[in-house]
Amino acid sequence: MTIRGKACIVGAYEHPTRKAPDKTVAQLHAESARGALADAGLSLKDVDGYFCASDAPGLGALSMVDYLGLNLRHVDTTETGGSSYIVHVSHAAQAIAAGKCNIALITLAGRTRSEAQGGTVPRNWGPNIPDSPFEAPFGTVTVNSYALVAARHMHEFGTTSEQLAWIKVAASTHAQYNKNAMLRDVYTVEDVVNSPMISDPLHRLDCCVVTDGGGALIVTRPEIARELKRPLVTVRGAGEAIKGQDGGRIDLSYTAAARSGPIAFEEAGVKPGDIDYASIYDSFTITVLMQLEDLGFCEKGKGGRFVADGNLIAGQGKLPFNTDGGGLCNNHPANRGGMTKVIEAVRQLRGEAHPAVQVKDCRLAVAQGIGGLMGARHGSGTLILERS
Amino acid sequence: MPTMHQDRTITAPMVYPDSAPFWEAAKESRLLIKRCRDCSQFHWYPRTICPHCGSDATEWVAASGRATIYSVSVTRRAGPQAYAIAYVTLEEGVTMMTNIIDCDLDTLRIGDAVTVAFRDSDGGPPVPMFRPV
Repeated sequence: MTIRGKACIVGAYEHPTRKAPDKTVAQLHAESARGALADAGLSLKDVDGYFCASDAPGLGALSMVDYLGLNLRHVDTTETGGSSYIVHVSHAAQAIAAGKCNIALITLAGRTRSEAQGGTVPRNWGPNIPDSPFEAPFGTVTVNSYALVAARHMHEFGTTSEQLAWIKVAASTHAQYNKNAMLRDVYTVEDVVNSPMISDPLHRLDCCVVTDGGGALIVTRPEIARELKRPLVTVRGAGEAIKGQDGGRIDLSYTAAARSGPIAFEEAGVKPGDIDYASIYDSFTITVLMQLEDLGFCEKGKGGRFVADGNLIAGQGKLPFNTDGGGLCNNHPANRGGMTKVIEAVRQLRGEAHPAVQVKDCRLAVAQGIGGLMGARHGSGTLILERS
Repeated sequence: MPTMHQDRTITAPMVYPDSAPFWEAAKESRLLIKRCRDCSQFHWYPRTICPHCGSDATEWVAASGRATIYSVSVTRRAGPQAYAIAYVTLEEGVTMMTNIIDCDLDTLRIGDAVTVAFRDSDGGPPVPMFRPV
Protein backbone atom coordinates (compact mmCIF):
# COMPACT_ATOMS: atom_id res chain seq x y z
CA MET A 1 0.00 0.00 0.00
CA THR A 2 1.19 3.48 -0.76
CA ILE A 3 0.05 6.72 0.86
CA ARG A 4 0.76 8.65 -2.34
CA GLY A 5 -2.25 10.84 -3.02
CA LYS A 6 -4.25 9.30 -0.16
CA ALA A 7 -4.31 12.31 2.17
CA CYS A 8 -4.16 16.10 2.17
CA ILE A 9 -3.07 18.68 4.74
CA VAL A 10 -6.03 21.05 5.01
CA GLY A 11 -5.16 22.91 8.19
CA ALA A 12 -1.88 24.33 9.44
CA TYR A 13 -1.34 26.75 12.29
CA GLU A 14 1.74 28.09 14.02
CA HIS A 15 1.01 29.66 17.38
CA PRO A 16 2.26 33.27 17.26
CA THR A 17 3.65 33.28 20.81
CA ARG A 18 7.34 32.90 21.47
CA LYS A 19 7.05 33.42 25.24
CA ALA A 20 4.04 32.25 27.19
CA PRO A 21 4.79 32.18 30.93
CA ASP A 22 1.10 32.61 31.75
CA LYS A 23 -0.19 29.76 29.60
CA THR A 24 -0.15 26.02 30.25
CA VAL A 25 1.26 23.48 27.83
CA ALA A 26 -2.19 21.89 27.40
CA GLN A 27 -3.62 25.32 26.62
CA LEU A 28 -0.98 25.92 23.95
CA HIS A 29 -1.83 22.53 22.38
CA ALA A 30 -5.52 23.44 22.43
CA GLU A 31 -5.01 26.94 21.00
CA SER A 32 -2.88 25.43 18.24
CA ALA A 33 -5.56 22.81 17.52
CA ARG A 34 -8.24 25.53 17.31
CA GLY A 35 -6.07 27.53 14.93
CA ALA A 36 -5.48 24.61 12.57
CA LEU A 37 -9.15 23.61 12.61
CA ALA A 38 -10.19 27.20 11.86
CA ASP A 39 -7.69 27.28 9.00
CA ALA A 40 -9.30 24.13 7.59
CA GLY A 41 -12.86 25.30 8.21
CA LEU A 42 -13.50 22.43 10.63
CA SER A 43 -14.21 22.09 14.34
CA LEU A 44 -13.13 19.84 17.20
CA LYS A 45 -16.20 17.63 16.76
CA ASP A 46 -15.03 16.72 13.25
CA VAL A 47 -11.76 15.20 14.53
CA ASP A 48 -11.72 11.40 14.73
CA GLY A 49 -7.96 10.79 14.80
CA TYR A 50 -5.38 12.39 17.13
CA PHE A 51 -1.60 12.37 16.96
CA CYS A 52 0.84 13.70 19.54
CA ALA A 53 4.30 12.96 20.96
CA SER A 54 5.88 13.27 24.38
CA ASP A 55 5.57 17.07 24.52
CA ALA A 56 1.87 16.45 25.24
CA PRO A 57 1.56 16.81 29.02
CA GLY A 58 0.50 14.20 31.54
CA LEU A 59 -0.43 10.90 29.95
CA GLY A 60 0.05 12.35 26.48
CA ALA A 61 -2.88 11.49 24.23
CA LEU A 62 -4.98 10.44 27.22
CA SER A 63 -4.59 13.83 28.85
CA MET A 64 -4.95 15.84 25.65
CA VAL A 65 -7.92 13.93 24.21
CA ASP A 66 -9.72 14.48 27.51
CA TYR A 67 -8.67 18.15 27.68
CA LEU A 68 -9.80 18.82 24.12
CA GLY A 69 -13.01 16.80 24.45
CA LEU A 70 -12.29 14.67 21.40
CA ASN A 71 -14.31 11.67 20.31
CA LEU A 72 -11.86 9.45 18.43
CA ARG A 73 -11.62 6.33 16.34
CA HIS A 74 -7.83 6.43 16.04
CA VAL A 75 -4.87 7.54 18.16
CA ASP A 76 -1.09 7.48 17.53
CA THR A 77 1.63 8.70 19.89
CA THR A 78 4.69 7.88 17.79
CA GLU A 79 7.76 9.46 19.37
CA THR A 80 10.81 10.16 17.20
CA GLY A 81 11.92 13.34 18.94
CA GLY A 82 11.50 16.59 17.04
CA SER A 83 10.81 14.72 13.82
CA SER A 84 7.66 13.14 15.33
CA TYR A 85 5.19 15.51 13.68
CA ILE A 86 6.58 14.83 10.20
CA VAL A 87 6.17 11.11 10.90
CA HIS A 88 2.67 11.81 12.27
CA VAL A 89 1.58 13.23 8.90
CA SER A 90 2.72 9.99 7.28
CA HIS A 91 0.98 7.87 9.90
CA ALA A 92 -2.17 9.96 9.60
CA ALA A 93 -2.13 9.37 5.85
CA GLN A 94 -1.72 5.63 6.48
CA ALA A 95 -4.61 5.61 8.96
CA ILE A 96 -6.80 7.56 6.53
CA ALA A 97 -5.88 5.24 3.65
CA ALA A 98 -6.74 2.24 5.85
CA GLY A 99 -10.10 3.74 6.79
CA LYS A 100 -9.18 4.14 10.46
CA CYS A 101 -10.02 7.85 10.59
CA ASN A 102 -11.14 10.71 8.35
CA ILE A 103 -9.92 13.87 10.03
CA ALA A 104 -6.62 13.69 11.87
CA LEU A 105 -5.38 16.37 14.27
CA ILE A 106 -1.66 16.61 15.10
CA THR A 107 -0.54 18.96 17.88
CA LEU A 108 2.71 20.10 19.44
CA ALA A 109 3.39 22.68 22.17
CA GLY A 110 5.88 23.53 24.85
CA ARG A 111 7.21 26.20 27.16
CA THR A 112 10.91 25.48 26.81
CA ARG A 113 11.80 29.17 27.01
CA SER A 114 9.79 29.87 30.16
CA GLU A 115 11.12 26.66 31.67
CA ALA A 116 14.75 27.44 30.63
CA GLN A 117 15.22 24.14 28.79
CA GLY A 118 17.92 25.05 26.30
CA GLY A 119 20.53 23.02 24.48
CA THR A 120 23.20 23.33 27.17
CA VAL A 121 21.03 21.87 29.93
CA PRO A 122 21.58 18.17 30.74
CA ARG A 123 18.58 16.17 29.63
CA ASN A 124 16.95 14.26 32.44
CA TRP A 125 14.97 11.40 30.98
CA GLY A 126 14.70 9.53 34.28
CA PRO A 127 15.79 6.05 35.32
CA ASN A 128 16.01 2.87 33.23
CA ILE A 129 17.51 4.52 30.16
CA PRO A 130 19.86 1.83 28.87
CA ASP A 131 22.56 4.15 27.50
CA SER A 132 22.57 6.76 30.28
CA PRO A 133 25.27 5.16 32.53
CA PHE A 134 27.68 5.29 29.59
CA GLU A 135 26.87 8.82 28.44
CA ALA A 136 25.41 11.01 31.21
CA PRO A 137 28.68 11.15 33.25
CA PHE A 138 30.44 12.77 30.30
CA GLY A 139 28.34 15.92 30.25
CA THR A 140 26.08 15.10 27.32
CA VAL A 141 23.84 18.01 26.41
CA THR A 142 22.03 18.61 23.15
CA VAL A 143 24.57 20.96 21.60
CA ASN A 144 27.64 18.80 22.10
CA SER A 145 25.99 15.77 20.50
CA TYR A 146 25.53 17.81 17.32
CA ALA A 147 28.98 19.36 17.75
CA LEU A 148 30.61 15.91 17.64
CA VAL A 149 28.98 15.37 14.24
CA ALA A 150 30.15 18.78 13.02
CA ALA A 151 33.72 18.20 14.23
CA ARG A 152 33.83 14.86 12.44
CA HIS A 153 32.38 16.34 9.23
CA MET A 154 35.04 19.04 9.24
CA HIS A 155 37.73 16.38 9.76
CA GLU A 156 36.49 14.03 7.03
CA PHE A 157 35.36 16.52 4.42
CA GLY A 158 37.07 19.81 5.16
CA THR A 159 33.82 21.61 5.96
CA THR A 160 34.41 25.04 7.51
CA SER A 161 32.68 27.19 10.14
CA GLU A 162 32.13 29.82 7.45
CA GLN A 163 30.22 27.32 5.31
CA LEU A 164 28.02 26.32 8.27
CA ALA A 165 27.45 30.01 9.01
CA TRP A 166 25.83 30.46 5.59
CA ILE A 167 22.94 28.32 6.82
CA LYS A 168 22.23 30.84 9.60
CA VAL A 169 22.70 33.71 7.16
CA ALA A 170 20.02 32.22 4.88
CA ALA A 171 17.60 31.58 7.76
CA SER A 172 18.07 35.10 9.11
CA THR A 173 17.60 36.62 5.66
CA HIS A 174 14.17 34.96 5.64
CA ALA A 175 13.32 35.70 9.29
CA GLN A 176 13.51 39.47 8.78
CA TYR A 177 10.12 39.23 7.02
CA ASN A 178 8.44 37.15 9.75
CA LYS A 179 6.90 39.47 12.33
CA ASN A 180 6.59 36.59 14.81
CA ALA A 181 10.20 35.43 14.48
CA MET A 182 12.21 35.47 17.69
CA LEU A 183 15.31 36.75 15.86
CA ARG A 184 14.72 39.22 13.02
CA ASP A 185 18.26 40.53 12.60
CA VAL A 186 19.99 39.63 9.35
CA TYR A 187 23.30 37.96 10.25
CA THR A 188 26.50 37.80 8.25
CA VAL A 189 28.99 34.94 8.13
CA GLU A 190 31.26 37.07 10.33
CA ASP A 191 28.48 37.55 12.91
CA VAL A 192 28.10 33.78 13.20
CA VAL A 193 31.77 32.82 13.42
CA ASN A 194 32.48 35.68 15.85
CA SER A 195 29.63 34.72 18.20
CA PRO A 196 30.69 32.90 21.39
CA MET A 197 31.81 29.30 21.00
CA ILE A 198 29.33 27.02 22.78
CA SER A 199 30.74 23.59 21.95
CA ASP A 200 33.50 23.40 19.32
CA PRO A 201 32.88 23.96 16.44
CA LEU A 202 29.34 25.28 17.05
CA HIS A 203 28.94 28.95 17.95
CA ARG A 204 25.94 30.53 19.61
CA LEU A 205 24.58 31.58 16.22
CA ASP A 206 24.96 28.02 14.89
CA CYS A 207 22.22 27.12 17.38
CA CYS A 208 18.45 27.44 17.10
CA VAL A 209 16.33 29.69 19.27
CA VAL A 210 14.62 28.50 22.45
CA THR A 211 10.95 29.47 22.37
CA ASP A 212 7.57 28.75 23.89
CA GLY A 213 4.86 27.99 21.40
CA GLY A 214 3.05 25.35 19.46
CA GLY A 215 1.58 24.24 16.20
CA ALA A 216 -1.03 21.94 14.72
CA LEU A 217 -1.97 20.25 11.47
CA ILE A 218 -5.15 18.76 10.06
CA VAL A 219 -4.89 15.83 7.66
CA THR A 220 -7.86 14.37 5.81
CA ARG A 221 -8.81 12.30 2.78
CA PRO A 222 -8.81 14.02 -0.64
CA GLU A 223 -12.60 13.76 -1.05
CA ILE A 224 -13.14 15.78 2.13
CA ALA A 225 -10.24 18.13 1.33
CA ARG A 226 -11.82 19.07 -2.00
CA GLU A 227 -14.99 20.19 -0.19
CA LEU A 228 -13.02 22.57 2.01
CA LYS A 229 -11.94 25.99 0.82
CA ARG A 230 -8.18 25.72 1.17
CA PRO A 231 -5.66 25.05 -1.62
CA LEU A 232 -4.98 21.33 -1.92
CA VAL A 233 -1.71 20.15 -0.40
CA THR A 234 -1.38 16.42 -0.97
CA VAL A 235 0.93 13.90 0.69
CA ARG A 236 3.00 12.37 -2.06
CA GLY A 237 5.54 10.28 -0.18
CA ALA A 238 7.03 9.71 3.25
CA GLY A 239 9.83 7.85 4.96
CA GLU A 240 10.97 7.27 8.50
CA ALA A 241 14.09 5.77 10.05
CA ILE A 242 15.97 5.57 13.33
CA LYS A 243 19.74 5.53 13.64
CA GLY A 244 21.66 4.68 16.79
CA GLN A 245 25.21 3.67 17.56
CA ASP A 246 25.14 0.26 15.82
CA GLY A 247 26.52 -1.52 18.86
CA GLY A 248 29.57 0.74 19.00
CA ARG A 249 30.32 0.88 15.25
CA ILE A 250 29.66 4.59 15.35
CA ASP A 251 29.73 6.44 12.03
CA LEU A 252 28.83 10.12 12.34
CA SER A 253 29.21 10.78 8.61
CA TYR A 254 25.53 10.21 7.86
CA THR A 255 22.12 10.40 9.55
CA ALA A 256 18.90 8.42 9.45
CA ALA A 257 17.78 10.78 6.67
CA ALA A 258 19.97 8.69 4.38
CA ARG A 259 17.34 5.97 4.84
CA SER A 260 14.11 7.93 5.29
CA GLY A 261 14.87 10.19 2.32
CA PRO A 262 15.19 7.55 -0.41
CA ILE A 263 12.07 5.77 0.92
CA ALA A 264 10.08 9.01 0.63
CA PHE A 265 11.44 9.99 -2.78
CA GLU A 266 10.74 6.52 -4.13
CA GLU A 267 7.16 6.59 -2.91
CA ALA A 268 6.67 10.07 -4.33
CA GLY A 269 8.27 9.13 -7.65
CA VAL A 270 10.37 12.31 -7.68
CA LYS A 271 14.02 13.26 -7.25
CA PRO A 272 15.68 15.87 -5.03
CA GLY A 273 16.22 17.98 -8.15
CA ASP A 274 12.43 18.22 -8.59
CA ILE A 275 11.92 19.91 -5.21
CA ASP A 276 10.93 23.60 -5.34
CA TYR A 277 11.15 24.30 -1.60
CA ALA A 278 12.76 22.48 1.35
CA SER A 279 11.89 22.69 5.02
CA ILE A 280 14.91 21.19 6.76
CA TYR A 281 14.93 20.87 10.55
CA ASP A 282 17.59 23.26 11.76
CA SER A 283 18.25 22.56 15.42
CA PHE A 284 21.83 23.56 14.54
CA THR A 285 23.47 24.59 11.29
CA ILE A 286 25.17 21.19 11.02
CA THR A 287 21.77 19.46 11.21
CA VAL A 288 20.76 21.14 7.94
CA LEU A 289 24.00 20.32 6.17
CA MET A 290 23.83 16.64 7.11
CA GLN A 291 20.23 16.26 5.98
CA LEU A 292 20.81 18.04 2.66
CA GLU A 293 23.60 15.58 1.90
CA ASP A 294 21.65 12.56 3.11
CA LEU A 295 18.55 13.47 1.10
CA GLY A 296 20.73 13.71 -2.00
CA PHE A 297 20.55 17.46 -2.68
CA CYS A 298 24.32 17.25 -2.99
CA GLU A 299 27.05 14.62 -2.76
CA LYS A 300 28.13 13.36 0.66
CA GLY A 301 30.82 15.68 1.97
CA LYS A 302 29.94 18.53 -0.41
CA GLY A 303 27.28 20.08 1.85
CA GLY A 304 29.58 22.91 2.88
CA ARG A 305 29.99 24.08 -0.68
CA PHE A 306 26.28 23.54 -1.39
CA VAL A 307 25.04 25.82 1.39
CA ALA A 308 27.64 28.56 0.86
CA ASP A 309 27.15 31.85 -0.97
CA GLY A 310 23.43 32.14 -0.32
CA ASN A 311 22.35 28.97 -2.09
CA LEU A 312 19.57 28.39 0.48
CA ILE A 313 18.17 31.94 0.23
CA ALA A 314 14.77 32.33 -1.46
CA GLY A 315 14.95 34.25 -4.73
CA GLN A 316 18.72 33.93 -4.81
CA GLY A 317 19.87 30.33 -4.32
CA LYS A 318 19.03 27.03 -5.96
CA LEU A 319 17.25 25.53 -2.96
CA PRO A 320 15.17 27.96 -0.88
CA PHE A 321 14.88 26.56 2.65
CA ASN A 322 13.08 27.45 5.89
CA THR A 323 11.53 30.64 4.54
CA ASP A 324 9.89 31.36 7.92
CA GLY A 325 13.35 31.72 9.46
CA GLY A 326 13.28 28.13 10.72
CA GLY A 327 14.34 27.00 14.14
CA LEU A 328 17.55 28.97 13.72
CA CYS A 329 15.69 32.30 13.86
CA ASN A 330 11.93 31.96 13.97
CA ASN A 331 10.60 29.36 16.37
CA HIS A 332 11.47 26.07 18.04
CA PRO A 333 8.57 25.22 20.36
CA ALA A 334 9.16 22.34 22.82
CA ASN A 335 12.71 22.11 21.37
CA ARG A 336 11.04 20.20 18.53
CA GLY A 337 11.19 21.54 15.01
CA GLY A 338 9.27 19.02 12.91
CA MET A 339 5.89 20.73 13.22
CA THR A 340 7.01 24.14 12.00
CA LYS A 341 8.81 22.47 9.08
CA VAL A 342 5.54 21.03 7.80
CA ILE A 343 3.66 24.29 8.44
CA GLU A 344 6.04 26.41 6.34
CA ALA A 345 6.02 23.80 3.55
CA VAL A 346 2.22 24.04 3.50
CA ARG A 347 2.42 27.85 3.37
CA GLN A 348 4.80 27.66 0.42
CA LEU A 349 2.66 25.16 -1.51
CA ARG A 350 -0.45 27.27 -0.90
CA GLY A 351 1.37 30.41 -2.00
CA GLU A 352 0.82 31.87 1.47
CA ALA A 353 4.42 32.43 2.53
CA HIS A 354 5.59 36.03 2.97
CA PRO A 355 5.75 37.58 -0.52
CA ALA A 356 9.43 38.37 -0.06
CA VAL A 357 10.25 34.68 0.36
CA GLN A 358 7.44 32.96 -1.54
CA VAL A 359 8.86 30.51 -4.09
CA LYS A 360 7.26 31.14 -7.48
CA ASP A 361 4.98 28.36 -8.68
CA CYS A 362 5.91 26.17 -5.72
CA ARG A 363 4.50 22.73 -6.57
CA LEU A 364 6.70 20.22 -4.77
CA ALA A 365 8.15 20.57 -1.27
CA VAL A 366 9.99 18.40 1.22
CA ALA A 367 9.66 18.63 4.99
CA GLN A 368 12.57 16.87 6.66
CA GLY A 369 13.41 16.46 10.33
CA ILE A 370 15.95 14.85 12.64
CA GLY A 371 14.87 14.45 16.26
CA GLY A 372 16.73 13.24 19.32
CA LEU A 373 20.51 13.56 19.39
CA MET A 374 22.19 13.47 16.00
CA GLY A 375 25.48 12.28 17.50
CA ALA A 376 23.95 9.50 19.59
CA ARG A 377 20.53 8.24 18.53
CA HIS A 378 17.90 9.98 16.48
CA GLY A 379 14.80 9.60 14.36
CA SER A 380 14.34 10.99 10.88
CA GLY A 381 11.13 11.79 9.06
CA THR A 382 10.91 12.79 5.40
CA LEU A 383 7.67 14.05 3.90
CA ILE A 384 7.10 15.03 0.29
CA LEU A 385 4.12 17.27 -0.36
CA GLU A 386 2.64 18.63 -3.57
CA ARG A 387 0.14 21.26 -4.55
CA SER A 388 -2.58 19.63 -6.58
CA MET B 1 45.28 31.00 25.85
CA PRO B 2 45.17 27.24 26.55
CA THR B 3 42.10 25.59 28.06
CA MET B 4 43.67 23.33 30.69
CA HIS B 5 41.48 20.49 31.83
CA GLN B 6 39.90 21.09 35.21
CA ASP B 7 38.19 18.42 37.28
CA ARG B 8 34.44 18.84 37.38
CA THR B 9 31.63 17.16 39.27
CA ILE B 10 30.87 13.98 37.36
CA THR B 11 27.28 12.77 37.41
CA ALA B 12 27.23 9.30 38.95
CA PRO B 13 26.21 6.61 36.47
CA MET B 14 23.08 4.63 37.23
CA VAL B 15 24.31 1.14 38.10
CA TYR B 16 21.95 -1.38 36.52
CA PRO B 17 22.06 -5.13 37.17
CA ASP B 18 23.14 -5.95 33.62
CA SER B 19 26.24 -3.76 33.79
CA ALA B 20 27.15 -4.05 37.50
CA PRO B 21 30.36 -6.04 36.73
CA PHE B 22 31.53 -3.12 34.59
CA TRP B 23 31.39 -0.75 37.55
CA GLU B 24 32.98 -3.29 39.93
CA ALA B 25 35.94 -3.55 37.53
CA ALA B 26 36.03 0.25 37.21
CA LYS B 27 36.75 0.46 40.94
CA GLU B 28 39.96 -1.43 40.13
CA SER B 29 40.65 0.81 37.11
CA ARG B 30 39.90 -2.00 34.67
CA LEU B 31 37.91 -1.26 31.52
CA LEU B 32 35.60 -4.12 30.56
CA ILE B 33 33.72 -4.48 27.30
CA LYS B 34 31.30 -7.09 26.08
CA ARG B 35 31.99 -9.72 23.43
CA CYS B 36 29.56 -12.21 21.93
CA ARG B 37 30.62 -15.86 22.17
CA ASP B 38 28.48 -16.72 19.14
CA CYS B 39 29.46 -14.03 16.59
CA SER B 40 32.76 -13.02 18.28
CA GLN B 41 31.93 -9.34 17.87
CA PHE B 42 32.54 -6.72 20.52
CA HIS B 43 29.78 -4.25 21.28
CA TRP B 44 29.35 -0.99 23.18
CA TYR B 45 27.60 0.04 25.43
CA PRO B 46 27.49 -3.29 27.28
CA ARG B 47 24.26 -5.29 27.31
CA THR B 48 23.17 -8.89 27.85
CA ILE B 49 21.87 -9.51 24.31
CA CYS B 50 24.36 -9.00 21.47
CA PRO B 51 23.11 -6.12 19.26
CA HIS B 52 24.94 -7.59 16.26
CA CYS B 53 23.43 -11.10 16.23
CA GLY B 54 20.85 -11.33 19.01
CA SER B 55 22.66 -14.01 20.98
CA ASP B 56 22.45 -13.99 24.78
CA ALA B 57 25.91 -15.56 25.06
CA THR B 58 27.75 -12.33 25.82
CA GLU B 59 30.81 -12.20 28.08
CA TRP B 60 32.94 -9.54 29.74
CA VAL B 61 36.49 -9.15 28.53
CA ALA B 62 39.21 -6.70 29.56
CA ALA B 63 39.98 -3.98 27.02
CA SER B 64 43.54 -2.72 26.57
CA GLY B 65 42.48 0.83 27.36
CA ARG B 66 44.27 2.14 24.25
CA ALA B 67 42.15 4.18 21.86
CA THR B 68 42.13 6.95 19.29
CA ILE B 69 39.88 10.00 19.22
CA TYR B 70 37.05 9.56 16.67
CA SER B 71 35.48 12.96 17.37
CA VAL B 72 35.90 15.59 20.07
CA SER B 73 34.18 18.81 21.10
CA VAL B 74 35.22 21.17 23.87
CA THR B 75 31.95 22.19 25.50
CA ARG B 76 32.60 25.69 26.81
CA ARG B 77 29.25 26.98 27.98
CA ALA B 78 27.39 24.19 29.73
CA GLY B 79 28.53 24.35 33.32
CA PRO B 80 31.28 26.06 35.29
CA GLN B 81 34.24 24.43 33.48
CA ALA B 82 34.96 23.67 29.86
CA TYR B 83 35.23 19.94 29.20
CA ALA B 84 36.08 17.80 26.20
CA ILE B 85 33.37 15.34 25.23
CA ALA B 86 34.58 12.74 22.76
CA TYR B 87 34.00 9.49 21.02
CA VAL B 88 37.09 7.28 21.18
CA THR B 89 37.60 4.07 19.20
CA LEU B 90 39.11 1.35 21.35
CA GLU B 91 41.83 -0.92 20.01
CA GLU B 92 39.19 -3.67 20.07
CA GLY B 93 37.13 -1.73 17.50
CA VAL B 94 34.17 -0.30 19.41
CA THR B 95 33.64 3.44 19.77
CA MET B 96 32.49 4.86 23.12
CA MET B 97 31.57 8.24 24.55
CA THR B 98 33.94 9.72 27.11
CA ASN B 99 35.80 12.84 28.23
CA ILE B 100 39.41 13.62 27.39
CA ILE B 101 41.25 14.90 30.47
CA ASP B 102 44.64 15.94 31.87
CA CYS B 103 45.71 18.12 28.94
CA ASP B 104 45.20 21.42 27.15
CA LEU B 105 41.78 20.75 25.65
CA ASP B 106 42.45 23.16 22.78
CA THR B 107 45.19 20.89 21.42
CA LEU B 108 43.01 17.80 21.00
CA ARG B 109 42.61 16.48 17.48
CA ILE B 110 40.70 13.63 15.86
CA GLY B 111 43.07 10.68 15.46
CA ASP B 112 45.08 11.45 18.63
CA ALA B 113 46.13 8.40 20.66
CA VAL B 114 44.65 8.26 24.17
CA THR B 115 44.60 5.84 27.09
CA VAL B 116 41.98 5.13 29.72
CA ALA B 117 42.11 6.99 33.07
CA PHE B 118 39.30 6.46 35.56
CA ARG B 119 37.84 9.40 37.45
CA ASP B 120 35.59 9.30 40.51
CA SER B 121 31.98 10.25 40.00
CA ASP B 122 29.82 12.17 42.46
CA GLY B 123 28.72 9.45 44.88
CA GLY B 124 29.04 6.61 42.37
CA PRO B 125 31.71 4.37 40.86
CA PRO B 126 34.67 5.73 38.85
CA VAL B 127 33.97 6.32 35.15
CA PRO B 128 36.30 5.66 32.21
CA MET B 129 37.84 8.83 30.81
CA PHE B 130 40.87 9.10 28.54
CA ARG B 131 44.07 11.14 28.47
CA PRO B 132 46.47 11.78 25.62
CA VAL B 133 49.35 9.32 25.40
